[in-house]
Amino acid sequence: MDTHAAYKSRWLPWVLLAPTFVILLAFLYYPTFETFKLSLYRVAFLGLSKKFVGLANYKELFTNPDYLHIFWNTAVFAFFVVLFSMAAGLALSVLANQKVSGWRVYRLLLIWPYALSPAVAGVIFLFLFNEQSGIVNYLLSITLGITPGWLTNPKLAMALIIFAAVWKNVGYNVVFYIAGLQNLPGEVLEAALIDGASSWQRFWKITFPLLSPMTFFLLIINTIYAFFEAFPFVDLLTKGGPSDATNILIFNIYRDGFEYYKTGMAAAQSVILFVAVVFLTIMQFRLGESRVHYGS
Amino acid sequence: MGKLAKKRNNLIVHVLLIISVLIVAAPIILAFIFSTQTPAQIFSYPPKFTFGTAMLDNYRTAWNQYHLGVYMKNSFYIAITVTVGKTIVSFMAALALVYFRFPLKNWVFTFILLTLMMPTEIIIVALFEMVTKLGWSNSYAALIVPFLASATGTFLFRQQFLQIPTSLVDAAKIDGAGPLRFAWAILLPMSLNVVAAMAVIQFVYMWNQYLWPLIVIRENSRQVVQVGLKSLTSGQDATNWGIVMAGTIIALLPALIVFLLLQEQFSRGFALSQEK
Repeated sequence: MDTHAAYKSRWLPWVLLAPTFVILLAFLYYPTFETFKLSLYRVAFLGLSKKFVGLANYKELFTNPDYLHIFWNTAVFAFFVVLFSMAAGLALSVLANQKVSGWRVYRLLLIWPYALSPAVAGVIFLFLFNEQSGIVNYLLSITLGITPGWLTNPKLAMALIIFAAVWKNVGYNVVFYIAGLQNLPGEVLEAALIDGASSWQRFWKITFPLLSPMTFFLLIINTIYAFFEAFPFVDLLTKGGPSDATNILIFNIYRDGFEYYKTGMAAAQSVILFVAVVFLTIMQFRLGESRVHYGS
Repeated sequence: MGKLAKKRNNLIVHVLLIISVLIVAAPIILAFIFSTQTPAQIFSYPPKFTFGTAMLDNYRTAWNQYHLGVYMKNSFYIAITVTVGKTIVSFMAALALVYFRFPLKNWVFTFILLTLMMPTEIIIVALFEMVTKLGWSNSYAALIVPFLASATGTFLFRQQFLQIPTSLVDAAKIDGAGPLRFAWAILLPMSLNVVAAMAVIQFVYMWNQYLWPLIVIRENSRQVVQVGLKSLTSGQDATNWGIVMAGTIIALLPALIVFLLLQEQFSRGFALSQEK
């Protein structure tokens, strides 16, 4: 790789790297370090008093049922968002990859919600799922005769933010799965075709295993998405309610940090998420190495 | 498979695809339809799935009375500044990493890559304390400066540079071109596809930011459009959903247009980020 490195200069590379260095150090490394530090303190009186408490914040996180409930919510939310958005993404990609005319147009029409923001999706869902005047309840009442309280029933509120997050994220998975499908070795699929395997068998026995590196990569990216990008859905749709049923970690970090001024607790929760992300990223890099053998 | 069966299969695929496309688009189509209706039309039973009579009124009210015009201007300013700035900063870093020999290079690259594990969302509490100390609370500096460098951008340009044959830089050197001249005259024109990919990814990312501006900006007239949408839904009187939907349509357009214009580059950029 160093064959490209034709130039030598004592100072120029450092000048070129300086902006990146300064910004990453000041606005990512340092705050990350500070987050760890803050998680060992109890901050009170709107940040005026700060007391070192060791691991007490973490102890509270893992013993207080309110916090355990938030961990559980986060796991449920992430699990279903990842499962549904990946399954839908894969199904749509297989459909769009059927060599029908106009697949490019179909792909575009399937992936464009990528460009929408969670906030836009959140506001639109708030309207569509409005209990009294929403379209969804209108359609449900004329077909099934029910008008569920999307924001008042804990389970339905969770389902609603999951649904909004899935809708917003499917396109992203379609981009990657279609790319993955198009890079599959054609010979293998043709051989299976000649062997008389049905398309159902071909998919589960050949296509799906060949896509497994992509699936694993998307599993990690989608989990990170579910952890972080979900904030606007919760903030706009449910505010964590009813009775904390949709309070997930990222929302509670915001609430503890900026509404209740429990800075230390917010920092401790951030550290937990940080550990999860580090774990996922390491898995992703490990996979990146093994995938090279797989691909070509 | 017979010809007829194949034709039938194709038809089924088309039908399924059209249904999927419609389901994906349904929320936005509905939002657009209701953005043209008066409150009376929206609350009528059964609801009307046709265009109403309040389109101009709703959009004008959202833009002027609910300050969406101001929010849009703020969002444009921030998203464009970061997109341009981050592209330049990442280009420079990748130039150093690929075309220069210098000590500790691998450590520098690792230092940059490790930040992939530090999403802003994790550090909001500490980052907010920091920008407050800098006197940046309620300012655009807090929304812009922390985002001017990124591992993703550096990585994308690095991948692109590594695919450019070495003979080019050797030839440039023989012609007496220094590194900056080479970067400007040869490297940049050859990397325009990455510039475009960066532009769409970064613009969409910045345009859609919500949590960080919500924390930093306290003054309504400085707010970005995504957070501004929130103030539309929490009006004092009963929500006028026509105006709210008009607001969401306005807010989603810029990122969507950038995405549609550059979608080929966007897909290729993703492909590039996949290659190791």
